[in-house]
Amino acid sequence: MSLTASRLIPSHAVYSAEVPAGEPWMHEIRKGQYFRIVDLHGNQAVDTLFYNAHEYSDRYSAQDTIRAQGNLYLTTGTRLMSSEGHVLLTIVADTCGRHDTLGGACANESNMVRYDISKRSMHACRASFLKAVTEWGRGMNKRDITHNINFFMNVPVTPEGGLTFEDGISESGKYVEMRAEMDVLVMISNCPQLNNPCNAYDPTPIQVLIWEPPEE
Amino acid sequence: MTDREGGANAGTILYNFECPAERFNMPDTLKAQHTARLTMGHVLYSDMGRVLCSITDDSAGWHDPIGGSSNAELVEARWGVARYQEYRNDYHKNSHDSFLFELAKWGLGARDLTATVNFFSRIDVAADGTMTFHRGNSAPGSFVELRAEMNVLVIINTCQHPLDDSQSYQPKPVHLTLKRTPPPGADDPCRISCPENGRGFTLTERYFL
Repeated sequence: MSLTASRLIPSHAVYSAEVPAGEPWMHEIRKGQYFRIVDLHGNQAVDTLFYNAHEYSDRYSAQDTIRAQGNLYLTTGTRLMSSEGHVLLTIVADTCGRHDTLGGACANESNMVRYDISKRSMHACRASFLKAVTEWGRGMNKRDITHNINFFMNVPVTPEGGLTFEDGISESGKYVEMRAEMDVLVMISNCPQLNNPCNAYDPTPIQVLIWEPPEE
Repeated sequence: MTDREGGANAGTILYNFECPAERFNMPDTLKAQHTARLTMGHVLYSDMGRVLCSITDDSAGWHDPIGGSSNAELVEARWGVARYQEYRNDYHKNSHDSFLFELAKWGLGARDLTATVNFFSRIDVAADGTMTFHRGNSAPGSFVELRAEMNVLVIINTCQHPLDDSQSYQPKPVHLTLKRTPPPGADDPCRISCPENGRGFTLTERYFL
């Protein structure tokens, strides 16, 4: 894994916000802008979806992204592909080294299957996604919640086809940065999962920043 | 599903027939069963914690849930253009558009496109994440049997796997048969293959109470 730092300076960002653990965040990013997610306290899962800002049915596709690059893991150079074959964003910096897009988002229902049927009422990412799309309106609904990226999560596949949730490789202050290749809508669920050791059972806040395109 | 000639790919997407907002969820399927391949004993989960289908028999041993679909750009780049005008019904098709055409017949569309299972195909993943098409995964006569645990809308196309780097555009046929089976018992191999699946079957059975 190779790590790539960014030259962009946080104080120059045109937007900066802290997203508390367990909350959604939704925002438009214009073509050419740079978008950074900072794992403030380490090993926080940041469940993220992207949409063509002008046509939401054209949205991030996990399978198209890994198929297009012929590699399962997301890092610097990865082009995040849409379901209609467009490049939504390109990862341009990454101090973590590897991000997952097979593990999806936790849900009330998948928690019942994975952990215990009594987990039904625990807060989950897809509840945050549903809250976000409902509040965003503009015709969005559950059909728009598709398979997401888990920034800062490490979910390796073994040669035998096993899937494992390994301890995180992220830590406090690590970040991933993307350049928007078209106008996009980003939706984050800052994961509230309390049943999985991958975040040390301790969901924490993240920071999101946006920069204007650097002047030539 | 039977791959009579060998080397077929059956790209498949699945929905709850009555409520297609409930649909196959690839990550939930993989996470619940700690697997990135599908074979006998595995089940296909919906996003609502229920079992759409179980894999009750399988002679191929490996079916791909991660490689996804081909699209028009990929097919043209790999195998060129072949229009109906010149090629009649051998014109080049791709998995993405084929799914959209069939979805439209059910009043569904691009917002309903979801992850594909590529039956009969296998993708090898190296330690660095490199994905490679595994040629020869499915021998002539290979079959896989799915048991529907709900009323399921199944859409299948036989376009080649998107990572199939074969020189020729040559999709293989898949033969489909349908039969009635008794409901799964308490000792059903898919139900008891892991505690997660036991809960998945419980939630599915509750849906029909």
